[in-house]
Amino acid sequence: MSSEAQVVSSEMRNQPGEAPVAVPETKSMSIIVTKGSLDWAYPPFILATTAAAMGLPVTMFFTFYGLPLLFKKLNLQVTAAGNPAMKMPMMGGHMALPNVLTAIPGVDAACSVMMKNLINKKGVASIEELREMAVDADVRMIACQMTLDLFEYSLDDMIEGPELGGAATYIECATKSDINLFI
Amino acid sequence: MADHTLDAKGLNCPLPILKARKALKDVAAGETLEILSTDPGSVADFQAFCRQTGNELLESSNDDSVFRFVIKRPAA
Repeated sequence: MSSEAQVVSSEMRNQPGEAPVAVPETKSMSIIVTKGSLDWAYPPFILATTAAAMGLPVTMFFTFYGLPLLFKKLNLQVTAAGNPAMKMPMMGGHMALPNVLTAIPGVDAACSVMMKNLINKKGVASIEELREMAVDADVRMIACQMTLDLFEYSLDDMIEGPELGGAATYIECATKSDINLFI
Repeated sequence: MADHTLDAKGLNCPLPILKARKALKDVAAGETLEILSTDPGSVADFQAFCRQTGNELLESSNDDSVFRFVIKRPAA
């Protein structure tokens, strides 16, 4: 956590009328976000928003397939390929898709629609919603410069807020964080 | 009666906690916030949330699958 981010974060907690200021000791958390499918996008955003809500300064480092989670427009997909644990509730039971079927065109799209319907039905937040809450909670977001170069992405296509950084930026943050996660 | 109420029924983890955190911003020191939830996971989560943030969990009860929590902001 940079000192600048810590200042921002403590200001955030000390605004008049703000929820508890009396956090006895402030822990902090960092998360490396490496995966960008619909299912894998959840853990980092859930943990980041919740930790921020509990008063922790949080940093998210977006790299490789996690970086596209910063695009303004998201259309996240899930695949059953190579994931025998992915079972959807169906007709009172649970159904897994045999790997051979996952290669059929349209199957991933159908799985994604099915999962998004479940997400809606069960009152689970969308990734867009969680991401907005993370931004509102002043979660520090770092976009991996190397990944931008590698996949020819542009920061212009991404939401406002993320700063550019590399491995050293993350390591500096990690040395000052109490919790460091790789997802 | 609590000073403020948040209806988080139908919302799943971590939304009840995130909405509660947001609602607490409008709760003055010493005042209380009541939260209604249908998420069974929120029972353990509100205990942890309060321990971590220094708020007081005055009540945690359930009535016909609706969970009710009352949180008190510490007096300034």
